[in-house]
Amino acid sequence: MGQVDAISTAGAGLAASDSPTAVALEKRGRARQTGKWRPRRVLFLAAMYILLLTLSAFILLPASWMLTAALKPDLQPVFTIPTEWYPAHFWAWTNFGRVLLGHLSFLRYTLNTVIIVFFNIMGILISCSVVAFAFARLRFRGSKPLFYLVIVTMLIPWQALMVPQFIMFFKIGWYGTYLPLIVPSFGGNAFFIFLIRQYMRTIPRELDDAARVDGLNSWQIYWRIILPLSIPVLTVCAVFTFISSWNDLLGPIIYLDKQQTFTLSVALANLVTRAGTPWNLLMAANLLSMIPCILVFFFAQKKLIGGIASVGLKG
Amino acid sequence: MALPRQRSSTWLGARPSRHQAARPGAAQAASAGGGGALFRLGSRAPLSRPRRREQRTAYLFLSPWLLGLLAFWIVPIVASFLLSFTDWSLLFKPHWVGASNYRSMASDQDFWHSIRVTFKYIVLSVPLYMITGLLLSLVLNLKMRGMNVFRTFLFIPSVLSGVAVAILWVSLLNPDVGPVNQVLRAIGIGHPPRWLQDPAWAIPSVVLMGLWGIGGGAIIYLAGLQNIAVQLYEAASLDGAGPWQRFRWVTFPMLTPTLLFVLLTSLISAFQVFDTAYILSGSQGASGTSLNFYLLNMWTEAFTNQRFGYASALAWVMILFAAVVILAIFRTASRWVYYEYDPEKER
Repeated sequence: MGQVDAISTAGAGLAASDSPTAVALEKRGRARQTGKWRPRRVLFLAAMYILLLTLSAFILLPASWMLTAALKPDLQPVFTIPTEWYPAHFWAWTNFGRVLLGHLSFLRYTLNTVIIVFFNIMGILISCSVVAFAFARLRFRGSKPLFYLVIVTMLIPWQALMVPQFIMFFKIGWYGTYLPLIVPSFGGNAFFIFLIRQYMRTIPRELDDAARVDGLNSWQIYWRIILPLSIPVLTVCAVFTFISSWNDLLGPIIYLDKQQTFTLSVALANLVTRAGTPWNLLMAANLLSMIPCILVFFFAQKKLIGGIASVGLKG
Repeated sequence: MALPRQRSSTWLGARPSRHQAARPGAAQAASAGGGGALFRLGSRAPLSRPRRREQRTAYLFLSPWLLGLLAFWIVPIVASFLLSFTDWSLLFKPHWVGASNYRSMASDQDFWHSIRVTFKYIVLSVPLYMITGLLLSLVLNLKMRGMNVFRTFLFIPSVLSGVAVAILWVSLLNPDVGPVNQVLRAIGIGHPPRWLQDPAWAIPSVVLMGLWGIGGGAIIYLAGLQNIAVQLYEAASLDGAGPWQRFRWVTFPMLTPTLLFVLLTSLISAFQVFDTAYILSGSQGASGTSLNFYLLNMWTEAFTNQRFGYASALAWVMILFAAVVILAIFRTASRWVYYEYDPEKER
């Protein structure tokens, strides 16, 4: 669904209100209004608030309905007439515990997912920062065609290569392990290489020069100077990797064959395609699977702003 | 792309001599070791020693990606091309079957069905998402108190997994007792659509579900809106342009690169729809086949029917489609060339 792409620009959007453009526009607007509340402006603002509240309701009501359903005890119908949009009568918080620890054993799947996500983040941060450093700060022959290659691999959907990749991993005996889901991230990811390279380019080159005069070599410049300064963009990459690898279904569904190795996405997919799962537990499991991404998004919002605002969408 | 280097040549020349003074033997050994020759590509002029060292370091830094590129892109691309001419099922030895995989596509009902589903999805979703995403970004770009809160709410669905969102909407769209149809009945629609259970409504349902995550698409436009210079609006206002004219003659033309980019990438991503299709077809029984998206069909051929050769041929159709789109992106890149020559970026 191109979620990562969409999110990657989230920061850019969030940073919008603070950009010089927006500030200037606002000043201009104020000057024209001469500080008075003009009726047309008030009407416009009111209409916009109503619109935004409606849109927020469109987002929040389904989520709130899901929470209501997740908190229903087993014998209460999840679907009621009229619809209960928010939890009012039933507070079966134990549903979440049952999903995690009961026979659905979602704690196991959560831990499996955490393991994969952790190694993916490590792999992405190590490989992409190193490669981006070369593209951003070092001179070498072939840098231009290689960088075009980065962009091309960014656009080719990897799903087109999943069949030969599967056969390759199957032949070397990695089927049924986490390795096919983890190792490729250590080979870098074109999108993150691009993102980090764009950021590193904005770091003043005088720093490198000064460091070289002081006798630092390229590795030391990378490790001691550029990497610490790139933490904002690295955080952004870590967050995107977290979200995309937490949510990944296709990879785990291809490579994992044993129930106890499943990730949350696979387990959830099995729950819903298999008849007989109680709705309240399904919704509780679904909600649990969403929470980490929402939390990460909330806590990383500020970092996302700082990281992306300086990178932007530009080439 | 490549920035002009600002290093002074004086110290570049001075460095090796400094090293030689300190460790003459080591420098000698390094140059004699012939490591530099490895990267002397073509018949171009040989590089100076520090440049050569820098180049060697650069390729060392690049090595994770180069290895990944070889192992996870180049080898699979070649393998999938060869595989697409075989009838491999993993269990038996592959046989060379020539172009028969590609020929059998022509008469493969499932293949054409998946193409139809995917293109119907493109036709319904791309214009709708682009227009609503653009409108939403214009609203989110307004300077209003509390806008950050609204933005946060609207962005949340785009960080959620396709699986989780699909599960939520399967229940919301339940035709008999689902909340959505209850709302529709309450506002006087006696016989609301049966959504995912009605083959005719299945794809429109997926498209409507996608609207829930439209905030993610709006972000891209929002970023584009931020790149429009304020002077353009000032000039337009001085010429007496109203809000509509400012949009029509400033915002929209300045946003065309973003729109073009989104258009092209959403064409590719329609071929990548999987999570939603997998969940919905699995949970909707027979009518779920009306959601046999391209990637789902390919996945079924490979991992359910064990037709790896045929699935590789399907993958190549996907690659060719992506290649056409990528070519279109590069061909039209001249239209967004001012992205690359933004004076603020060059600093």
